[in-house]
Amino acid sequence: MTRQMTGAKMVVQALIDQGVDTVFGYPGGAVLPIYDEVFQQNSIKHILVRHEQGAVHAAEGYARATGKPGVCLVTSGPGATNAVTGLTDALMDSIPIIVLTGQVPTFMIGSDAFQEADTVGITRPCTKHNWLVKETDKLSGVLHEAFHVATAGRPGPVLVDIPKDVQFATGTYEAKKPSTSHYKPQVKGDMEAITELVAALETAKRPVFYTGGGVINSGPAASQLLRELVEGTGFPITSTLMGLGSYPASGERWLGMLGMHGLYEANMAMHDCDLMINIGARFDDRITGRIDAFSPKSKKAHIDIDPSSINKVIKADIPIVGDVAHVLEDILKVWKSRGRKTNAAALAKWWTQIEAWKTVDCLKFTQKGKTIKPQYALSRLEALTKDHDRYICTEVGQHQMWAAQYLNFEDPNRWMTSGGLGTMGYGFPASIGVQMGHPDALVINVAGEASWLMNMQELGTAMQFNLPVKQFILNNERLGMVRQWQELLHGERYSHSWSESLPDFVKLAEAFGAKGIQCSDPADLDDAIMEMINYDGPVLFDCLVEKHENCFPMIPSGKAHNEMLLGEAETQGVIDAKGSVLV
Amino acid sequence: MSALKLKKGSTSHSAYNLRPTFSDVVEKHTLAVLVENEPGVLARVIGLFSGRGYNIESLTVAEVDHQGHLSRITIVTTGTPQVIEQIKAQLGRIVSVHEVHDLTVEGPSVERELAMFKVAGKGDKRVEALRLADIFRANVVDSTLESFTFEITGAPEKIDAFADLMRPLGLIEVARTGVAALPRGD
Repeated sequence: MTRQMTGAKMVVQALIDQGVDTVFGYPGGAVLPIYDEVFQQNSIKHILVRHEQGAVHAAEGYARATGKPGVCLVTSGPGATNAVTGLTDALMDSIPIIVLTGQVPTFMIGSDAFQEADTVGITRPCTKHNWLVKETDKLSGVLHEAFHVATAGRPGPVLVDIPKDVQFATGTYEAKKPSTSHYKPQVKGDMEAITELVAALETAKRPVFYTGGGVINSGPAASQLLRELVEGTGFPITSTLMGLGSYPASGERWLGMLGMHGLYEANMAMHDCDLMINIGARFDDRITGRIDAFSPKSKKAHIDIDPSSINKVIKADIPIVGDVAHVLEDILKVWKSRGRKTNAAALAKWWTQIEAWKTVDCLKFTQKGKTIKPQYALSRLEALTKDHDRYICTEVGQHQMWAAQYLNFEDPNRWMTSGGLGTMGYGFPASIGVQMGHPDALVINVAGEASWLMNMQELGTAMQFNLPVKQFILNNERLGMVRQWQELLHGERYSHSWSESLPDFVKLAEAFGAKGIQCSDPADLDDAIMEMINYDGPVLFDCLVEKHENCFPMIPSGKAHNEMLLGEAETQGVIDAKGSVLV
Repeated sequence: MSALKLKKGSTSHSAYNLRPTFSDVVEKHTLAVLVENEPGVLARVIGLFSGRGYNIESLTVAEVDHQGHLSRITIVTTGTPQVIEQIKAQLGRIVSVHEVHDLTVEGPSVERELAMFKVAGKGDKRVEALRLADIFRANVVDSTLESFTFEITGAPEKIDAFADLMRPLGLIEVARTGVAALPRGD
């Protein structure tokens, strides 16, 4: 079906055809024709953010919590450059988002016009793909293709740059149709490799599943199939930061998160295993620690939809390129058809070892005195919110790692955190996007005071659209993770890692018309959290916590999984000169 | 060629993987990359090389299929086997890239490069330059009383050898196209 319409109308029409219900954006000169069309329709809700970076993180939060691509609409020049951090964040974490940018008219491109920037040039390395559309007739095709590219294969951010004259001009609109794109990533895994993996499952003595964000990105079916495979085999399972929730934290095979601040039992299992089954993870440096000491005795299978992830960091003995859900389905099929075999005797021994590691109780802490420990604050938050329809976002730093350690995730798409890029300022706008996708859910952003201030302007957005997001700020008046590294690596010289001139967060909330709560006494904490949960509207919760708490366990830079630090007593002089150059 | 081509999204079950992937030996490979002929596609490819720290020894690009809007980029690159595998996989990930061929491992191939050399000199040196050009089957495409401009086509090694001979004879300017390559046979 084709119709004549303006480019601006095509944008709105294509979004409707693609099933978009929410757009996060900020108007400006080069997108005025599109905003004029947005004004004249009721199908799509537009959320006016307070900064374009907020729009992109909100779209990311929406995408991660709903499984649908997030959409942003921003203007040319500064609108586009402000979107760059969000685009890079989405690229690193494989989040499908579509960013539409206005551009100066085609006849002014290259003339250093007002609010002109080389948007496709600037965003080429931080998008999966991008387009500058110079003809109105091509616009609808590009918009539909943009949704296809963002969501097909390994998801990622895409950007469509639309000059203002293209928005004004009339052209032919083509409706959405099945993609004819040459871009068709392989989703089915190679059966020979899958059979080889099943044979390895049957005989493994010390196996471990190591799962990542790819399981979440593959959709809810992947998590279901993963649970079936874990229950069927009885193998232990750990996950990266990105993959939390794909297997339930209450599941009996759950080891907890692995990696730099992962659990002792998870990292020890990774180090000592004889079969590692990587499902949708990418051997990130936060996971592997020292490469040459990484799980030295194991055979490694690697399932990933992106061929470039395979052998990038760690050599895969059984590489399988494909979508997690498709591959898991085939693994289960083959494993069942061969009689559901595992090496039960060896597995029982392996579990005895794992249970012994668990007795270390690496997350234990003691709450004493009148100061709230951050671990205690999160334990109470977990206890008081776990029965709610709950979504958690975080900013970046110590609080993010503690949240991953002390909050439990039972389902996928419930945990939104900036894993790859580590973007401070991600969590608050992301929580706004999550709440848009799930209006009745309890959406909490676990934050540090420094991260939260990076995108605090979005409090206006939360108020305007009546989004009752809860900002749970663990306020230690420090850039906690920076401080921790300075303590361990830089002779306790705390260079610029404290938060000076902090606002009064309660008054700040009230200035926007939101609710502010401050809590500093452990005895008051439960009541204060309940007050936050029960308040119908955005809440800024200023939780004053212990200022010098460090985050453990920790694999120091340049060390192996079995060289974890478990507490303060072990921290002196552990990182050598070689380790200290690593980030 | 088709049997071994690295299709997008394929596993790394190529003949290449029969060699140890994680070796330290730096190899030189010639890659042929078929791309959508659209604005910015070359920037995507070279941006990948600079962004990820890969080497480019030479690079040529031109449209080869007007109807299908396809251009062919021929890249000569160096790296350890693991890096070469990464380069191919990363190229395959670019949405505008249709096919990636590693001509160095996909069987025998022919490589040619065109170069132009301006050689200035008088007397014996001038005569010697012309005589050597004849041996190398280089053509004179421009001449003055004190200079020749030679055009030469061949494998890069042949052009290197010709350049070495011309240098003492008054070589003042060189232009090289970079390598174009095709697999042998059908």
